[in-house]
Amino acid sequence: MVLSRATDERCLALQRQGRIGFYAPALGQEAAQVGCALALSPLDWMFPAYRELAIALSRGASLKSIVNQLIGNSADLTKGRQMPNHFGFADQHFVTASSPIGTQITQAVGAAMAAQRRKHPIVTVAFFGDGATSSNDFHAGMNFAGVFRTPTIFFCQNNQWAISLPREKQTHSKTLAEKADAYGFSGVVVDGLDLSAVYTAVADARQRAVRGDGPTLIEAQVYRLGPHSTSDDPKRYRSDAEVAEWKAKDPIVRFRDRLIAAQLLDETADQKIWDDARAQVSAAIEECEKIPPMPGPTLFDDVFAQLTPRLAEERAEFVHRPAGGPGHA
Amino acid sequence: MSELTLVQAINRGLSEAMRADPDVLILGEDVGVNGGVFRATEGLFKEFGESRVIDTPLSETGIVGTAIGMALYGLKPVAEIQFLDFIYPAFDQIVSELAKFRYRSGGQFPCHVVIRTPYGGGIKGGLYHSQSTEAYFCHTAGLKVVIPSTPADAKGLLLTAIHDEDPVMFLEPKRIYRAVTGEVPEGDHRVPFGTARLVREGTDVSMFAYGAMVPPTVDAAEILAKEGIHAEVIDPRTLVPLDEAAIVASVEKTGRAVVIHEAARFCGFGAEIAAILAEKAFYSLKAPVARVTGYDTPFPYALENLYLPNAETIAQAARGAVKAS
Repeated sequence: MVLSRATDERCLALQRQGRIGFYAPALGQEAAQVGCALALSPLDWMFPAYRELAIALSRGASLKSIVNQLIGNSADLTKGRQMPNHFGFADQHFVTASSPIGTQITQAVGAAMAAQRRKHPIVTVAFFGDGATSSNDFHAGMNFAGVFRTPTIFFCQNNQWAISLPREKQTHSKTLAEKADAYGFSGVVVDGLDLSAVYTAVADARQRAVRGDGPTLIEAQVYRLGPHSTSDDPKRYRSDAEVAEWKAKDPIVRFRDRLIAAQLLDETADQKIWDDARAQVSAAIEECEKIPPMPGPTLFDDVFAQLTPRLAEERAEFVHRPAGGPGHA
Repeated sequence: MSELTLVQAINRGLSEAMRADPDVLILGEDVGVNGGVFRATEGLFKEFGESRVIDTPLSETGIVGTAIGMALYGLKPVAEIQFLDFIYPAFDQIVSELAKFRYRSGGQFPCHVVIRTPYGGGIKGGLYHSQSTEAYFCHTAGLKVVIPSTPADAKGLLLTAIHDEDPVMFLEPKRIYRAVTGEVPEGDHRVPFGTARLVREGTDVSMFAYGAMVPPTVDAAEILAKEGIHAEVIDPRTLVPLDEAAIVASVEKTGRAVVIHEAARFCGFGAEIAAILAEKAFYSLKAPVARVTGYDTPFPYALENLYLPNAETIAQAARGAVKAS
């Protein structure tokens, strides 16, 4: 949680300095994400949206691999192809995110159908926000999951805001979780600021899924403490008082206080965790910024498994393009 | 060899691929018990069961989205969209997700889904059961676009599609599902992508046609032959990847080109062929490239036979090209 928070805080600054192009922080959603990730098996498959930093870190993605993606350098596993935060890690079964809202939901259900066919006792998890519950793929994915009783966890982080649209204008439903009723399976609301509560809800859902009892929709109620992204100014649509109210319920502080009360942590140890995390982030950024950019001709790789004659022709044309324009090394 | 219709050849290709590889499965609307509204999947539900021939709820984005998830997990799904006209709810999944998965993940998540879908007019289907919108898919990087015109190619291209590593849009000319029969090789017959079929050799004009436009183009060549004009007919078979070399070589020989498709003319696939010829065969051209296509109107119901190219309109365009020089 702390590493995710430290990364977010530093990366928001990096974006303002022009060192990365864009950033979408997970601020305030750390407990929901870490609590969820801890309840899953390494063999489970994650279908994230683009605000899942703490999930990626909890799954074992290295901080450097994340920073390489933010920069889009030649060590980036996704080869500099996408905006920051759209990372993916095949080793962690963490599917590369895209920007369209909700598309990963049906995909998670399809992967669960495949796991059923292979008789693998795993779950797939679709991550999405409150806004995505209005998308086509939310409906289609929930419906397919109900019909085929797939081992899928629909993990909705209701962070109260879809850019500028508040939760109450997204849907007239009282809760997002109750939407599961219509698809014939259970939906649960959980306090997403409480790591243990999230862990328990996900562990229960996982157990039901691998037992063959089908999917679960979990609505983790959280708050997007930061902007939608660095391109967004939340002051246009929400009050400072509202943000302050939620900031007072910071999930990391809450968990820290619990650990201190249980005498599992003291102020000194807590400070050390923060110092270590910030040092790790600084070291990763320093190291990753030295890595050279992607070579230009890689533009043509991975469109298809092999270059088609047309792409080979375009690649040859590209290699001989005149030097000096923007983007030329 | 068996004498089969085009739709029977597709059925044969599907069943053989499923027998050979347990990872191949089918999903779509009415594909199971019903065997598909065009009977392309007839008998497969009985042979392979409901876990491999999956009747899905009525949602194209659900079909393609779940097929993508299955492919990411390692299966080889063949999704059926009942009509190309109904594919648009899945357009986001196809162009934003399927086409880009390999690229956006830096090769970590290849995503091999075959989407079969009947397309085209001539069946009294009106606006929403007749369109030929192949160009949308050709315009999106990362998709292969395949259109067979004979039973042998239908099976051979389908087996190549199922064994390919990339997403494939497999568009089936429903007008000739049963109107065309032909010998189909037994067993693992594969037709490579990116290799055009020389349908008929000629010296005076090159005619490029695919799908259901191949039979009337061949008829046009017969008409022209009686007039002493020897037309060459080439079926590209795969629009992506395209056998540009065969197209250019033919026009270098004949000096004249006619492109035929059902789709509307403006920004249709014929425009791409015309551009390729302008770039790569300009000095061989003796006449402007002619296009015989659907009109830039929605697809009509009562007037569909006047909308679609036919042997006479194709022959007339070829005559025009020959007379121009």
